[in-house]
Amino acid sequence: MGSVVVNNIVKTYGTKKAQVTALNGISFEVAPGELFGIIGPDGAGKTSLFRILTTLMLADKGEASVDGYDVVKDLKAIRKRVGYMPGRFSLYQDLTVAENLEFFATIFNTSIEENYDLIKDIYSQIEPFKNRRAGKLSGGMKQKLALSCALIHYPSVLFLDEPTTGVDAVSRKEFWEMLRRLKEKGITILVSTPYMDEASLCDRVALMQEGKLMSVNTPSGIVEQFGKPLLAVRSGNMLQLLRDLKQCREVEDAYPFGEYHHAVMKKDFSQQELEACLKNHPGVTIKAIQPDIEDCFMDLMKN
Amino acid sequence: MEYVIQAEKLSKTFGEFKAVDEISFQVSKGEIFGFLGANGAGKTTAMRMLCGLSIPSSGKATVAGFDVYKQTELIKKNIGYMSQKFSLYEDLTVKENMQFYGGIYGKSNQFIKEKTAAIIEQLSLQNEAGKLVGSLPLGWKQKLAFSVAIFHEPAIVFLDEPTGGVDPVTRREFWGMIYQAADRGITVFVTTHYMDEAEYCNRVSIMVDGRIEALDSPHGLKKTFGTDSMDSVFLKLARGAARSAD
Repeated sequence: MGSVVVNNIVKTYGTKKAQVTALNGISFEVAPGELFGIIGPDGAGKTSLFRILTTLMLADKGEASVDGYDVVKDLKAIRKRVGYMPGRFSLYQDLTVAENLEFFATIFNTSIEENYDLIKDIYSQIEPFKNRRAGKLSGGMKQKLALSCALIHYPSVLFLDEPTTGVDAVSRKEFWEMLRRLKEKGITILVSTPYMDEASLCDRVALMQEGKLMSVNTPSGIVEQFGKPLLAVRSGNMLQLLRDLKQCREVEDAYPFGEYHHAVMKKDFSQQELEACLKNHPGVTIKAIQPDIEDCFMDLMKN
Repeated sequence: MEYVIQAEKLSKTFGEFKAVDEISFQVSKGEIFGFLGANGAGKTTAMRMLCGLSIPSSGKATVAGFDVYKQTELIKKNIGYMSQKFSLYEDLTVKENMQFYGGIYGKSNQFIKEKTAAIIEQLSLQNEAGKLVGSLPLGWKQKLAFSVAIFHEPAIVFLDEPTGGVDPVTRREFWGMIYQAADRGITVFVTTHYMDEAEYCNRVSIMVDGRIEALDSPHGLKKTFGTDSMDSVFLKLARGAARSAD
């Protein structure tokens, strides 16, 4: 059975006149021990979903369970066994690092010593500052303290809501390495992120947009579903190249992608015709590439 | 060459701490200049000095021709600013926000009227012009916030992580708008955590521990560091950082 089971969850906000549908019939399952990513931009509904699964909010419709416990009926059991790190820093700013950790350990009827093994890796990095107030920590240290507090009762399922938003590339890499090590200890992890490139670090991902899941699959499975030829194209005049690509008959879509433009081609396109279409770009580089998650996300957004 | 920003050994210290440590660089008119660095490298402090919000401890700098020590009010008048966090007034309508910002910058009613119409047309916001900004989807808000940041036709616009959390399609539309602004001669000074966006800049600087450790075109940086992506250029530089903070 799934560690997290979500069945047709609907959540709306606002009044009847101005209603916003945050979650529009969401269903998926997460297997025990899985590192599951929910990938989507701001406003996709990621936080609403996490708040329902952590029993902090009720859905309008649908059912969900965590570790076999129902999110409505068994909320106390769920709260005892899950760890939750909200997107906004939610620890006590005027308690020290050590006091925060102690507080959460006590609340969950355990002690720092009992589960120190689990958090050692992470907590040891901020332990030199254990007498500093949490409000005075840097962003990276706050994040490590919040993760330590979410883990101190050895949860079976860990919910991390956008832990890497606004975090630089180096710290993001380190954070994902920490998650890998936690996964090895058997903890099921649900993590949300707006960064598409983090998808490849998950076992499976759900691509989310406007309250709906567009696809749930392994990262490689999502890439395989793309099903259209994709080219990376580059020339001396990138702005004009983008305009020209969009005019080519064999190009379905073209958009900037870092150093190159990506061109989504019609099936069975002819390379010769494309080259003819781009004749005003001497020395143009054209190469066939594998799509990444961001290509897939944009493609799914159009459907 | 016409420089819109010139900084020479610009520094800011807080007590013993050198937040910005003698940075020197120039940005040309109409250039898209990427300002990268790890959290805590000193980007925000440097930007605050260039925006006239914080007086440097030492060094020299001019922005749009004005001195960052003595002419901060003139700097503020001649720049635009937008960040992911501070953008528009959610409880004013689209039109009201533009009128408000136009008024703040002392523009005439005629100017405000024409410019408002042009932006509504450009963003296809005809049906939303009378709606509260708070009710718009995030992607629209960010595009509108950018239009408002350059409403008064500043010489330079500072963008602090403008595309954080925005969906990939809107993120590209946003960069399309940046290119158009640069094409009109507005200099763009932008920070981002998306390394693919660093590729869209004419030149990129990377700050480490308060200093600018690298400054070149994306192509030049990749060549210097012997890699094929800006991501690994950034990682190579930022991994050497001694400090990390926000």
